[in-house]
Amino acid sequence: MNSQSCVNIEKEWDIVSARQLGRNLARKLGFGTVDQARIATAISELARNIYLYAGSGEIYFDIVEDHPKKGIRIRAIDQGQGIEDIGKVMKDGYSTSGGLGAGLPGVKRLMDEFHISSVPGAGTEVEVVKWLR
Amino acid sequence: MQTVNLEKENYKQLLKRFIEKNDEETLYKADLFSKESIRQNVTPDEIIHVYIQALEDLYPDLPETFRRSLDFLLETMISYGVAYKEFQEMREEQLEIKSELALAAKMQEKLLNTRVPEIKGLDIGAISIPAKQMNGDYYHFIEDHRGNLGVAIADVIGKGFPAALCMSMVKYTMDSFPESRMLPKRILQLLNRVVEKNVDPGMFVTMFYGLYNPDSHDFYYASAGHEPGLFYHGQHGVFTEIEAKGLVLGVERDVTYKQYKRRIELGDMIVLLTDGVTECRRGERFLERDEVIEVMKQYTHLPAQQMVERVFRYFEELQDFQLRDDFTLIVIRREN
Repeated sequence: MNSQSCVNIEKEWDIVSARQLGRNLARKLGFGTVDQARIATAISELARNIYLYAGSGEIYFDIVEDHPKKGIRIRAIDQGQGIEDIGKVMKDGYSTSGGLGAGLPGVKRLMDEFHISSVPGAGTEVEVVKWLR
Repeated sequence: MQTVNLEKENYKQLLKRFIEKNDEETLYKADLFSKESIRQNVTPDEIIHVYIQALEDLYPDLPETFRRSLDFLLETMISYGVAYKEFQEMREEQLEIKSELALAAKMQEKLLNTRVPEIKGLDIGAISIPAKQMNGDYYHFIEDHRGNLGVAIADVIGKGFPAALCMSMVKYTMDSFPESRMLPKRILQLLNRVVEKNVDPGMFVTMFYGLYNPDSHDFYYASAGHEPGLFYHGQHGVFTEIEAKGLVLGVERDVTYKQYKRRIELGDMIVLLTDGVTECRRGERFLERDEVIEVMKQYTHLPAQQMVERVFRYFEELQDFQLRDDFTLIVIRREN
């Protein structure tokens, strides 16, 4: 089960599949209910971003080990418009004030590690990790 | 204050006691628990989680349907937890900005600081209070070596930070003028060029500049679109508007200003102000100019500094202590 799994995001329904897959993996790894819910919410956010702004993309799941830590890694990749100003979307209040949800700062708060890279016109990749405590 | 134990075990005991006794004391302790949680940045979803765990401990045989409903509750609270954390951090940021602003305001106060000069035969009072932290009004006294008194009062159209920065520029420009007797029309002309060159279109400065000769008691003045001040005729006890026309600073490059002259008699007063005084509101309605004059009349018997302070206090109270605009008032009275 260490092999990487992937969900294609094209329709809104795919967001649910991504959440489900991520939650199952988190449960198997031994995450508690709160962390499972947090991971699912983060996946939701990443998948919604792809669905709303890029049109389509993929979400990859795998297990990472950094002895003795173990965790779940999620990567959201799209070939959409990319983000011009990452600083702006990472600023608190940018997405929540518009009622758009937790936004990327929210994802960062839900997870332990957060990396983003984006090339305007070429796409965006967000990688997050949650470690088992 | 007693510290509250945020342990799950403590919460469980509180819950247990409340379920058994249904008493107010436990509810009070629950209140303390929640306050302490806030203090320690515990999010709403975490409290729910503690609750679910406590409940499962106390009632291991909870029906599966009910237990599942609790997961559902938890799930719906996760995003609230994220939002809560975000708001907390934004609040901290806001506090930082506020203290920075307070510092800037202090610095501005220092920069714009002017001393009310003591000149034989004149009683002078001045007050300038910003509506927000930074002041977009400005007044300045200059005494040249011949004993002439120069007085400037200015208002930036606009409030807050940008207005304050603009005012600092005006102040430094004035500081760079030679100390020798400068005529009001000349000062406005020079300032206009500086403002026009350096300030965004859409930001304007109005200014009234006066020069008082304490020997002849002639008052020379010019106005760049500034709120008209008042002359008080001591002998008749009446106020009349100071008429002076001139274009606001910063609109056009080359502007010439008309200069006026008036003799000030014993007991007369020159009252200079900004629109923060005349645009005071009583409820939704702006005060009429006559009403402003009526207020001044009540205090004309006082020394100049007391007079401006009492007038300010009157208007402050009228507006429920919430100034809508920066408020500046200067009174110059000729006395024995």
